[in-house]
Amino acid sequence: MRVALFVTCLADTLFPAAAEATVRLLERLGHQVVFPPEQTCCGQMHVNTGYSAQALPLVRRHVRAFEPYDVVVAPSGSCVGSVRHQHASVARNAGDERLASRAEAVSERTYELSEFLVDALGVTDVGAYYPHRVTYHPTCHSLRLLRVGDRPLRLLREVRGLDLVELPQAEQCCGFGGTFAVKNADTSTAMLADKLRHVQSTGADVCTAGDASCLMHIGGGLARLRTGVRTVHLAEILAATERSGSIGRTAVRA
Amino acid sequence: MSGREEVLARLRAARGAPPRVPAEAPRDYRPAGGDADLDLLVDRLTDYRATVHRCAEPEVAEVVDAVLGGRRVVVPRGLPERWLPASVTAVTDDDLSTAEVAAADGVVTAAAVAVAETGTIVLDGTPDQGRRVITLLPDVHICVLRSEQVVAGVPDAVARLDPRRPLTWISGPSATSDIELNRVEGVHGPRNLHVVLLTS
Amino acid sequence: MRRTFLGMPATAPRGVGHLRGEEPFPAAARRGLADPQLRRNLGHATTTIRAKSGAVIGELPDWQALREAGAAIKTDVLARLPELLEQLEVAVTAAGGIVHWAADAVEANRIVTELVAATGSDRVIKVKSMATQEIGLNEALEAAGISAVETDLAELIVQLGEDRPSHILVPAIHRNRAEIREIFLQAMPGVDPSLTDDPPALAAAARRFLRETFLTTRVAVSGANFAVAETGTLAVVESEGNGRMCLTLPETLITVMGVEKVVPTWRDLEVFLQLLPRSSTGERMNPYTSMWSGVTPGDGPQAFHLVLLDNGRSAVLADEVGRQALRCIRCSACLNVCPVYERAGGHAYGSVYPGPIGAVLSPQLTGVEENASLPYASTLCGACYDACPVKINIPELLVHLRDRAPHPKAEAAAMAAAAYVMDRPALYAAAQRAARLSRFAGRRGRGLPPPLSGWTIGRDLPQPPEHTFREWWAQR
Repeated sequence: MRVALFVTCLADTLFPAAAEATVRLLERLGHQVVFPPEQTCCGQMHVNTGYSAQALPLVRRHVRAFEPYDVVVAPSGSCVGSVRHQHASVARNAGDERLASRAEAVSERTYELSEFLVDALGVTDVGAYYPHRVTYHPTCHSLRLLRVGDRPLRLLREVRGLDLVELPQAEQCCGFGGTFAVKNADTSTAMLADKLRHVQSTGADVCTAGDASCLMHIGGGLARLRTGVRTVHLAEILAATERSGSIGRTAVRA
Repeated sequence: MSGREEVLARLRAARGAPPRVPAEAPRDYRPAGGDADLDLLVDRLTDYRATVHRCAEPEVAEVVDAVLGGRRVVVPRGLPERWLPASVTAVTDDDLSTAEVAAADGVVTAAAVAVAETGTIVLDGTPDQGRRVITLLPDVHICVLRSEQVVAGVPDAVARLDPRRPLTWISGPSATSDIELNRVEGVHGPRNLHVVLLTS
Repeated sequence: MRRTFLGMPATAPRGVGHLRGEEPFPAAARRGLADPQLRRNLGHATTTIRAKSGAVIGELPDWQALREAGAAIKTDVLARLPELLEQLEVAVTAAGGIVHWAADAVEANRIVTELVAATGSDRVIKVKSMATQEIGLNEALEAAGISAVETDLAELIVQLGEDRPSHILVPAIHRNRAEIREIFLQAMPGVDPSLTDDPPALAAAARRFLRETFLTTRVAVSGANFAVAETGTLAVVESEGNGRMCLTLPETLITVMGVEKVVPTWRDLEVFLQLLPRSSTGERMNPYTSMWSGVTPGDGPQAFHLVLLDNGRSAVLADEVGRQALRCIRCSACLNVCPVYERAGGHAYGSVYPGPIGAVLSPQLTGVEENASLPYASTLCGACYDACPVKINIPELLVHLRDRAPHPKAEAAAMAAAAYVMDRPALYAAAQRAARLSRFAGRRGRGLPPPLSGWTIGRDLPQPPEHTFREWWAQR
């Protein structure tokens, strides 16, 4: 299958390891990955901060970039959520009905990574090896916008050597919320403190999730406190094999 | 412009064009007509700290005697006399003053309908249930329920009740969730609710 | 100064009622965040209620169908609001009630004050009501020499503690049993000095304290959970029996109700009486629900007044996206699941409507420019939408209101610049390189300029990678 990688601006710029892992994983599973270079950012930050007019050209750019492909995959629940739940309405609110229906067509072919693996490819054992104690944080947008459910957990349970430990109060938001983390930094930090406490209570050495943004937030807190717990994107765990010998690059290093 | 005209004009302007036909709401939830499960009713009543007595109709007076014997009891005008034991001082509500009702130890009434799924009894002010005040001020309420008055769910109860009557839906004794969001029984209404469920 | 035009949708007036806070949310939240007792009480209470509510909702196999029905009925109400209110007026009048219409808080307060004054009573007993809190009715009555006694336990705790409500359902949720005991010992006349903090003992103290007031007050003021247009039936959903006292014992009953509380048919209550208790107190059914139509000869108040309140609701209705906030049945499920509310507390929202629903309702009632920080008081985590029994898409509404909120100049410039760069891949790649080289202003985790400095109060910045993804891809 030919898969267009929707890298997301955050992974492209700050967390390339997650995107590179997505490429390696999909290629290992026998698929051809292409990278449409005209893509930049889906515009979610603009929409969620109240600048949907400025997001319009970004939506148009995204639709144009991905329209030619049958399958689009992103290592992010949040950005796929924006494509599915925001793009068409941004276009519609701007009076561009044609763009709205094109955006809807692209969104129907766009998958978050765990959705793509489990639903489209029908695999849960991707042949990964990752000998670490890992806890999984379900990010809000993958949980409630995309309803990925237990797909990431099913993938993680098949990883050789991985000791999966349950995160208490996993479904509570980590407090990131995009610009919320700076506009309401105190509340955000209070939410993060509880998330960090729960992560540490598991005794895991790695906290994983399907979104680099939330991992940047959680990882930033874990690093600040010098906990020694690392954040690693789900794609990096699934891409790791015994042969690669890699434990996955640390997203945020203490 | 009067307040009425002003409010209506604002709402009309805000709402825009009225719909030609009212939208029909989807009602895919469980409709009225399910089987009333008496055991479920008992379980739900007990769960909310009501005391349930199951007996045949001639034994109601014994239950009332056991709960309120020797006490002063308000009764609505239409209550069957055979439900009252000789041991209680029955005061019929012929427009009793609030103080007189408040001075009673208990009240015995019938009911209009009961909902098994929620453990709710509903009073509708017919003569065997009386005015709303009489089931409010005394601290013990004994409510006698016939099995055919028990329905499965809320939709059944709504279908049976007359919306133009004063209705009181009662689910257990008076309670509050205001302290740390835990249910605590016993605030302003009767602190003791006894339901006598008649076996047919 | 905003101008209102006769007959046109209008926001709630300033200077009356409780819809506007004194400071923006981030500043107000700081106080709640720094209060360990509040954090503990709220954490405990919301955890308790989430478990209870989840359990009783899980008992119903048709919960989602009930939500769908509830949302659809309320959507229909909003589409036919003027006609349904006229129908309600006819039905209530036919049943012996008198209907009044109040365009805003000032008018509603005047109407109620005059009605109470006409009875000659200088005291009213009140059932907990969001509408009367919203319009500041108690203050208006006090100014006219009429004392208003709150009879709901939590409202009583707030009133005796000279405090402000912090939750829709449980206004004293920020107090624990020990604090409630202290408030009672200090402010409740005639209280037993040996009162313990055992919740049943606290409830019994309230029972004793209010009993005489219930029996001797001739006028009551209530809100309404529902009003049925076809039958004129009003419904008040409660727990303690204080509602029954107020709705049964006085000679005169005055009910103040937001116009959106009307439902078309009697049958519609079969939906809401299932949705509301399980979403709010987490019970299969609340202890007491009272329903009445007008006046019943010989039973209950013999004079009944219904005051229909706009106070900004027409402005909410005028926004086709925003109007879904008017579906709200005030269950407070969204508060109980909100991670922001749980930590910041209800007072941070500055309005009688706190939490997620407050963040979308208050700015619409006042005009978003007067509550501009509230739409941002959320991470858009979506827990509120999942919990809402009438499926108000609160995250969607928050984003919608952010679009209309006034934006800080520097932020707007930065956002425009970012969008400009992101729409030009070459510039974008150059900006990525520049960001990496600058290493975020030197040492990681230090020294970002405001407002970005908020990030580094509790988090390190990520180590910039050696290359971007697109550089890696180009070199493969």
